[in-house]
Amino acid sequence: MSGFITIALVVLVFIIVYQIGKASEYAGILRGEEKVKAQTNRAIAWLLVIFFLLGLYGIWKCHELLIGKMLPESASVEGMAYDKMFNVTLIVTGIVFFATQALLFWFAFRYQSTGKRTSFFFPHNNKLEIVWTTVPAIAMAVLVAIGLRNWFNITSEAPANSEVVEVVGKQFNWLIRYPGKDGVLGKRDFRKINDANNVLGLDWADKDNTDDVISQNGELHVIVNRPVKLIIGSRDVIHDVGLPHFRMKMDAVPGITTTMWFTPRITTEEMKKITGNPNFVYEISCDQMCGKGHYSMRGTVIVQTQAEYDEWLAKQQSYYASVNTSAAPAAADSTGQKPAAAKTDSVKAITMK
Amino acid sequence: MSNEIIIDGPNVAHTIEGATDHHGHEHHEPHFIWKYIFSQDHKIIGKQFLITGIIWAIIGALFSVFFRLQLGFPDSTFPVMEKFLGEWAKGGKLTPEFYYALITMHGTILVFFVLTAGLSGTFANFLIPLQLGVRDMASPFMNMLSYWFFFTASVIMFISLFVETGPAAGGWTTYPPLSALKEASLGSGTGMDLWLISMALFVVSSLLGGLNYVSTILNMRTKGMTMTRMPLTIWALFFTAVLGILSFPVLFSGFVLLIFDRNFGTSFYLSEIFVGGKALPHIGGSAILYQHLFWFLGHPEVYIVMLPGMGIASEVLANNSRKPIFGYFAMIISLIGITTLAFLVWAHHMFVTGMSPFLGSIFVLLTLLIAVPSAVKVFNWLTTIWRGNLRFTVQMLFALGFVSLFISGGLTGIFLGNSALDVHLHDTYFVIAHFHIVMGVSAFFGMFAGIYHWFPKMFGRFMNSTLGYIHFFITFAGAYLIFWPMHYEGIAGMPRRYYDYSAWESFKNFQGLNAFISIVAIVVFFAQLLFVFNFFLSIFKGRKLTVMNPWGSPTLEWTTPIKPIHGNWPGEIPEVHRWPYDYKDDGHGNDFVLQTEPLKPGEESH
Repeated sequence: MSGFITIALVVLVFIIVYQIGKASEYAGILRGEEKVKAQTNRAIAWLLVIFFLLGLYGIWKCHELLIGKMLPESASVEGMAYDKMFNVTLIVTGIVFFATQALLFWFAFRYQSTGKRTSFFFPHNNKLEIVWTTVPAIAMAVLVAIGLRNWFNITSEAPANSEVVEVVGKQFNWLIRYPGKDGVLGKRDFRKINDANNVLGLDWADKDNTDDVISQNGELHVIVNRPVKLIIGSRDVIHDVGLPHFRMKMDAVPGITTTMWFTPRITTEEMKKITGNPNFVYEISCDQMCGKGHYSMRGTVIVQTQAEYDEWLAKQQSYYASVNTSAAPAAADSTGQKPAAAKTDSVKAITMK
Repeated sequence: MSNEIIIDGPNVAHTIEGATDHHGHEHHEPHFIWKYIFSQDHKIIGKQFLITGIIWAIIGALFSVFFRLQLGFPDSTFPVMEKFLGEWAKGGKLTPEFYYALITMHGTILVFFVLTAGLSGTFANFLIPLQLGVRDMASPFMNMLSYWFFFTASVIMFISLFVETGPAAGGWTTYPPLSALKEASLGSGTGMDLWLISMALFVVSSLLGGLNYVSTILNMRTKGMTMTRMPLTIWALFFTAVLGILSFPVLFSGFVLLIFDRNFGTSFYLSEIFVGGKALPHIGGSAILYQHLFWFLGHPEVYIVMLPGMGIASEVLANNSRKPIFGYFAMIISLIGITTLAFLVWAHHMFVTGMSPFLGSIFVLLTLLIAVPSAVKVFNWLTTIWRGNLRFTVQMLFALGFVSLFISGGLTGIFLGNSALDVHLHDTYFVIAHFHIVMGVSAFFGMFAGIYHWFPKMFGRFMNSTLGYIHFFITFAGAYLIFWPMHYEGIAGMPRRYYDYSAWESFKNFQGLNAFISIVAIVVFFAQLLFVFNFFLSIFKGRKLTVMNPWGSPTLEWTTPIKPIHGNWPGEIPEVHRWPYDYKDDGHGNDFVLQTEPLKPGEESH
């Protein structure tokens, strides 16, 4: 009932406002339409100027309030180039933004209709058109050039000394697999997945799997200053590995394998000091809508020194051992010297080259 | 007159005859149903699209209010939501499932039902015959069908809001596998089936309309109305229709494959999936294929939404500056450029899907190329108002606002179109801010400008301009207050489509800002209701139009009677002698020359 009363009240208020608006128009007509029109025109022109000035103030105020909440400096080497490029683009677009908006509002005010003014018949001018076709074209060419240089850099083959880690998304958490001592990720097959004892569908016939470590709490441990290559997959729907602090993002698509690599440059501990936030943590956000728990699909990246990493890894039990309590220590023998590489049996493996 | 032969509906010929010389027969006035409901009159159909679009816009905006309440105040409950949403907001707290359903429907409704059907459906129908000197569309019957397919699509989409498992909830892009698998999400059940059926009907509606617009524009222009004498609104609506005709069928095929995957066990989009505790038999499909098919429409769709606004803004800016549009030909060429490039940039939505980086680089280049014709348009608009004689009618303010928003939103596209920057900004609030400004709000501004400008032609009355000014300033300020700070959230990496950010160390410090944005969004919502009331009350109570050409416009629609009959002109169709932007002294104290005015001796045509 109260709902109806509220709606009725809202309707009533609108009708009253409408009647007032209408009355003011009729009153204007009585006072002389032309005169009122001229007054309104002048008032609106001033309002536009005020709007512009308040807008500038708002932009400044907004910046002041929010700048402290932005991400800290890039935690990856590649991200530093990103930030540089971002700033260049911001400056170019910022200049255009302020120039064109200022012209728009200035012209609106300067050329407002007055009784005396007549407009200037100016239908076209080829010189002007050529100027403002070529100038943006050149500016775009520069931005494309910077962009493609960075793009090919980050999408190039990961350096040979990269740490390889597999990140698999599922509704609604991240499963992280480390290759273990042999440095090789074993084969997996989605038909072998079993939530109780084989979350990633590892193929136990493949010996490379027996020393693989799976972290189910979404913790991605990486080593500072050593490139890390993520082999990304999904068990069910499309997810996305979003690493805002490293300025990186890549979809996790069922049926195909994607990759992404970067070089962390600041450990989590150092970043706590830089940000002054003792709770600071690098987060992995799912950036592709994946269902009702999408917003809670959180992982973390722990950037460590080599020593810390080794210490952590030594404490981890292989997934094979953890699900086969009776299993003898896995025989990680001859495969130890293989170069870091990933094997998947995906039907189509589309990887970023 | 060839046009009269084409108009052969049961009611139409009578109306024309009845208006020209009345014989006193009672049956001359068609029955209410044929005149206002199953009408074949392009003007009525245009109004039908407009009013349906307004109703959808209210629903779509209301949804955004609901989910903004959740985003702004995740710890509070709003019992009023339970009244609207029942079980989905038990105790006044939105469930995550329905949160996702709401954002999905918000996107679907506003992109397709409001800014496609409601915008180009309205103005293409209303303006093409009136501005080109045509009695009605090439096929009035098909035109009527176009509306009724849209209406049926609307009804089905509306029903989907009430099914037990809720409406589609996979985002307006409905990417499979999420949208294909009932096990993956509640919204991928019956709601998704209804969504697909509704959208398929929508595509049919859009094609029937589009084919009609194109054939009318190409074949039926009045004598003297060469293509280069058409107003820019018509050029824009023409390319809008071309975009729709060429890209909607691709979306349709994408939907058909999705329907097959959902219901008939095919594997077009599905491969190697373990969901709901079991491995599915699908192998070999590609989830990315859907994205290619979707964005092959999805990107041109952005321009389907934008171009009508560009056309309307050009028209309104010239009219209210009392000055010809600057660079008429450059405007047409840039429209052609935008239309062509619109088909070649779709994969910029997919830079992070793992597609070939080389392919990505091509799309970067083509995407940033769009900045060139867009810049040309902006500079031409600025030069149009330069040294004009500016009349700040409500529609003029909306047109100026359109230009301002188009600049702001267009510039952020330069960030997103560059793949090296997109790898961080993709699917963050930066994207939300970008597309809401450039294709959401600014398309709405184009639409508002058009409504305020042509309302007198539609209903023979004016809208109240005091309310119009209030509506404009609240909306304009609100748009910037809502979306400007969102850029910051996006640069900070805050992902879109999150129900709650409080568990995230990196994003929870934006809580205060989210609350602020929500409050502004609610205020802006009520300002739009002000517009709705103004619109509907003015149809019946607005100040009456007393002159044929209230805005002093040279174009043909203002040569029809104040309340045009079906067939538009009571006598002969006017002949056109000049271009539509002849804002110069006509020698009788007017500052414009009608298109129907023959050239004076020695006067050069444009």
